[in-house]
Amino acid sequence: MTALLDRVAKAASTTAFGLSALAVAFFLFAAAIVVGFLFWQTNKLFTDQVLATLTAEARILSSEMKVGGQVKLVETVTALSRPQGTGLYYLADDSGAKIAGNLNRIPPELEAQGRGGVFSYQPLNGDGPSHLAVAIPVDLGTGLRLIIGRDVEDQRVFANTIRFVFLLGFGILSVIGLLGGLAVSRLIVNRMDQITAASRQIMDGDLSRRIPTTGRGGELDALANNLNEMLERIEGLMNGLREVSDNIAHDLKTPLNRLRNAAEAALRDPRGEEAYREGLERTIEKADELIKTFNALLLIARLEAGPLEDSTETFDLGRFVADVSELYSPAAEEAGFALTIDVEQGVFIRGNRQLIGQAIANLIDNAIKYSRGGEPGSAITVRAYRIAGRPAISVGDHGPGIEKADRERVLKRFVRLEASRTMPGTGLGLSLVAAVARLHHGEVLLEDNQPGLKVILLLSSRCLIAAPEQMGDAVPGLAAQ
Amino acid sequence: MANSGSSVSSTAGLPRRLGDGQLNSERREDEGRTHTMRVLVIEDDKETALFLQKSLKENGHTADLAHDGEAGLSLALDGAYDVLIVDRMLPRLDGLSLIKSLKSEGNRTPVLILSALGEVDDRVKGLRAGGDDYLTKPYAYSELLARVEALGRRTAPEEQQTRYSVGDLVLDRLSHRVTRGGEHILLQPREYRLLEYLMQHAGQVVTRTMLLEHVWDYHFDPQTNVIDVHVSRLRAKIDKNFDKPLLHTVRGAGYTIRDGPA
Repeated sequence: MTALLDRVAKAASTTAFGLSALAVAFFLFAAAIVVGFLFWQTNKLFTDQVLATLTAEARILSSEMKVGGQVKLVETVTALSRPQGTGLYYLADDSGAKIAGNLNRIPPELEAQGRGGVFSYQPLNGDGPSHLAVAIPVDLGTGLRLIIGRDVEDQRVFANTIRFVFLLGFGILSVIGLLGGLAVSRLIVNRMDQITAASRQIMDGDLSRRIPTTGRGGELDALANNLNEMLERIEGLMNGLREVSDNIAHDLKTPLNRLRNAAEAALRDPRGEEAYREGLERTIEKADELIKTFNALLLIARLEAGPLEDSTETFDLGRFVADVSELYSPAAEEAGFALTIDVEQGVFIRGNRQLIGQAIANLIDNAIKYSRGGEPGSAITVRAYRIAGRPAISVGDHGPGIEKADRERVLKRFVRLEASRTMPGTGLGLSLVAAVARLHHGEVLLEDNQPGLKVILLLSSRCLIAAPEQMGDAVPGLAAQ
Repeated sequence: MANSGSSVSSTAGLPRRLGDGQLNSERREDEGRTHTMRVLVIEDDKETALFLQKSLKENGHTADLAHDGEAGLSLALDGAYDVLIVDRMLPRLDGLSLIKSLKSEGNRTPVLILSALGEVDDRVKGLRAGGDDYLTKPYAYSELLARVEALGRRTAPEEQQTRYSVGDLVLDRLSHRVTRGGEHILLQPREYRLLEYLMQHAGQVVTRTMLLEHVWDYHFDPQTNVIDVHVSRLRAKIDKNFDKPLLHTVRGAGYTIRDGPA
């Protein structure tokens, strides 16, 4: 019982119940106004009708008085004053003494006013409850006083019945409305309880749980579906994060361990001071590598978190790509590559110059690192051009290339293919290029260079600027202080 | 490539570091040209601050320490310092606000900002606030030293020089002509700018990252030691056919151009 009361109290305290109670209240108020108006109108119509009848009768009686004199009038009034009728009469002489009629006296309510109105009287033939009646005085022009009226008790009883029925109706409506509100809010509370329970479980860590839906497609289902889609994304992100942190654990812990080993080995080395120096140098070297990995990781995370604040510049892409390539060309030549630079003139873009530079640097560095130099045909081609109205930068080599199946994968963080695991590198170079592409609403395409690999950094057409506005920052190197 | 095992590691706006990453505190002993500087280190981490003070002292400079922003600001306004090293996150008054107040007081002491925030836009914000250089933690001490010394020299009048000379090597900034012992040396535009920057900082150590930033205007990590090849090409032109080398490699730090012993 208390449990039921609790549930009712809970339902009653909900928004849904409050809203339905409010709706019921508004409905009742409006209904009361309509019924009240109807009642008042009917009453008025009826009274007017009675008064019209009485006025007509008064006219007949007064003409009878003119024609037949007092005797005829008394005769008529007496004949009309049958006890069963609804007509009421009172004829008195000048002094107020009753001559004829079925009323005992002039009703005091009328005597005071001297004109027609509503009064109550005691019927002659009984001592039951008093009846309601309407009467008007008739002007006879002589010393006689005549009052004629109609008993309206039947109408009053009818009106009372109607009033009772309406009040009863209102009562039933309110109760049913409120019960309906309670039922509706119970339904909503039940759905909400399900959603709350599910989200609590999800908060407790069960990310695979979903909010139940009824499949009927209401707004609550739409809400639940949206929440479920959000959960789907969160779960995906969490899994991605877990994967990344596993990778971090592996790719940062391994070099950390190597660093620790180097320091320990140096300490144990019997050569003493000389070994310590070498050990410390190696330690710093390894710390630098770690910092490098860490920085690249942070940068990728930062780029994936969203756009950077006001760090975009307008610059000549072709010129910039040629410039960065020029930085690498001596190093590429020394490594045995012919570095070809092929840039389209007049492609001005708006973007983050430093990050695009970093991406080009990573791509050229990869090309130098992963393809063999010094052999015939060891060439690296860097291009800046437009693909279907989109600015693009490509770096192609004639090295071993990447299998079609692996191309998607190498863009991910820390992914290093078996063949290159032993080479120096962080496994973040291409991920960073991909992050830079995403920052510029573009993408990275890996293609077969026949033979070798061609990586295309495709930026969004939104980056393209029609005419150069500010050329100042397109001339690198002049910032030297 | 001399330092293939450890490349210059600076990602766009991220720490600019040195090749070998060696602490090279003894390298200044034979170097008479760097004048003593008064440095104020405003850094809340006491261990780092003491390390910087000790290291700067070993390199012949004096350093005062402040551990919060307010103390740092009043010291910076009172004392005549050659360079300020300001950590970006400081208690009581953060580094950028400190620099802004300092600059609004008309103080023109060069500021090196140290920060753990190394993202692309942080650097821009730091320089916009009035910083003169930006170094991201973790950094190599040799990188910091080179930058502090470059900043300390900034106020010197030679900034306006139209002619640089080191030994018999002369660079004329008006005619863009480089001669050594009167003999004209033909340089590529980039080689010219590289030499110009080195001669502007003659006698000082210039790191690879500083060259990348100032000669190429790149603030990203080139992954491999691309600068070394450019420098050795320049060296081949200015030093190869002459008996006395002027462009020296400073192990673990960078390069220096000077008329003196290697």
